[in-house]
Amino acid sequence: MPNVLVFAETRANTLRKVALEVTSAARALVDSLGGGEVHALVAGTPGVASVAEKLGEYGADVVIAVEHAAFAQFDREAVSASIAARAGAQSYRAIVLGFSAQGRDVGPRVAAKLDAPIAADVTDIRASGDSVVVKHPAYANKVIVSLEVKGAPCVLSVRPSAFVATASPRTVRTEAMAPASDPSASRVVVKEVIEGGKGRIDLGEAPVIVSGGRGLKAPENFKLVEELAAAFGNAAVGATRAVTDDGWRPHSDQIGQTGRQVSPQLYVAVGISGAIQHLAGMRTSKTIVAINKDKEAPIFKVADYGIVGDVLEVVPALTNAVRAAKAGH
Amino acid sequence: MKIAVCIKRTPDSESRFRIASSATSIDETGLKFDIDDFAGYAVEVALQLNEKQGSSASHQDKPGETVVIAVGPDLVQETLRKAMSMGADRAVQLKTDAVPYDGIAVAKALAAELKTGGFDLVLFGKHAFDTSFGVVGTATAELMGIPCVTAASSLEISGGRGKARRELEGAAEIVDFPLPAAVTIDEGIARPRYPSLKNIMAAKKKPLEVKPAQLGQTRVTVKSMELPPDRPAGRIIGEGVAAVPELIRLLQTEAKVL
Repeated sequence: MPNVLVFAETRANTLRKVALEVTSAARALVDSLGGGEVHALVAGTPGVASVAEKLGEYGADVVIAVEHAAFAQFDREAVSASIAARAGAQSYRAIVLGFSAQGRDVGPRVAAKLDAPIAADVTDIRASGDSVVVKHPAYANKVIVSLEVKGAPCVLSVRPSAFVATASPRTVRTEAMAPASDPSASRVVVKEVIEGGKGRIDLGEAPVIVSGGRGLKAPENFKLVEELAAAFGNAAVGATRAVTDDGWRPHSDQIGQTGRQVSPQLYVAVGISGAIQHLAGMRTSKTIVAINKDKEAPIFKVADYGIVGDVLEVVPALTNAVRAAKAGH
Repeated sequence: MKIAVCIKRTPDSESRFRIASSATSIDETGLKFDIDDFAGYAVEVALQLNEKQGSSASHQDKPGETVVIAVGPDLVQETLRKAMSMGADRAVQLKTDAVPYDGIAVAKALAAELKTGGFDLVLFGKHAFDTSFGVVGTATAELMGIPCVTAASSLEISGGRGKARRELEGAAEIVDFPLPAAVTIDEGIARPRYPSLKNIMAAKKKPLEVKPAQLGQTRVTVKSMELPPDRPAGRIIGEGVAAVPELIRLLQTEAKVL
């Protein structure tokens, strides 16, 4: 029965949400193949092996802990070499990782090292005979492509939030592994990490996103968006390309075809007209709310609930109402 | 510096797409194609780097050159000419009937061409609009054995080393690396220039070499394509502040997200 190798990504020795989603996706694939094992590789500073228990809860049978003091900073070269070395030493059906900042960087390296085929940004995985068939939203989510991936192992990177992390408890065994290449020999070296703000929820992980566009009229009005996000409590703040191009918000906050692509439970579009560029980044959200003064704005075509009105009046009222609703729970 | 930029021809991202009757590709009728957005940023970055280096005396012993490379059918020649009209010096087409979905196969063809080129820097878009895989640049670098920095939102080169900024989820990092290297380019780094009529004319005379693409075996193939299900039609629930209580009720009882 074939096994599947997972790269369970961490930051500061803490598992990222996508790591559990990836483990669940691998568990489902392995079970569909007759019930082999899920092996999850983690890399971090000494102590990162302690995430094993959590990975076991989500279906990992074995956790391979690659610990090194130099892994305080993400080392894409030593991590890729370690995944490839582990995959090369065993026969895995697939290597599954996230289509996240780390996974996008590591996946192609591993595939090239192993001469393995790779499918990226997949939203569905099915074994089909000797192949794996995956779904991949292409052309900025406007076309769904089914791809046949031939060969074992194959590398599959999965879209964050496309797979649900599902408890599937296992008794997990932990194995220690030394980095397969010396971190001090890595050529790309992280010199500095600039944190986006303490306690901020990432756009890819937030169940709720409140996003602002040009309809806010001036950069200082963006605080209305931030206050509404704070009222929800579990919300991240996004922006349109027009707003990030104008420097109201950092480029990293941009949601759209050329920015982040998100699928939260709730997306609140504040003063956003709904250009195709923006819709491509958020149209897969579960519930969409739009507030805009122009009732002809294209955003209302995709909004489950639209309010026509001045965002400067409606948003503060909504913020108060959300606060009251949250307090009532 | 000698810089190679690997570019892709993709359809206008604002297009409405239809699926071809084969159900394994999009219907290209009526679509406008151009250099992919991210590849366009990469060309601009290369041109600016060589303009800057060209004006510093220390590099006069080694004149800068920007070479653009594309894998694909003869239609990519138009895309290569566009990059040359922006200022690239010459172009190479690695010819194949269609660009496969298999990024490793494309990377093999590019690495075979680039390996002997003596490039200081090889640039790519961070991904192309059509597949958005983001595989080719990193895999090409890996096959060439050179370091690779992905999704750079700023890039500085000096003294044989590079420094780049990369956006992470909720953070950013600054990385340092030695040349020769590959870098994939994110948005926000440079706005591609518009070619002048004079440069468009000049680009027609620049060298464009055609070679077969050494793709090898392709192991990732399209089984089918479909359009995503439409979202249910939008619904306007009211106007102004008066609609807020109804929105709260719907979020609680219907959408169950509050």
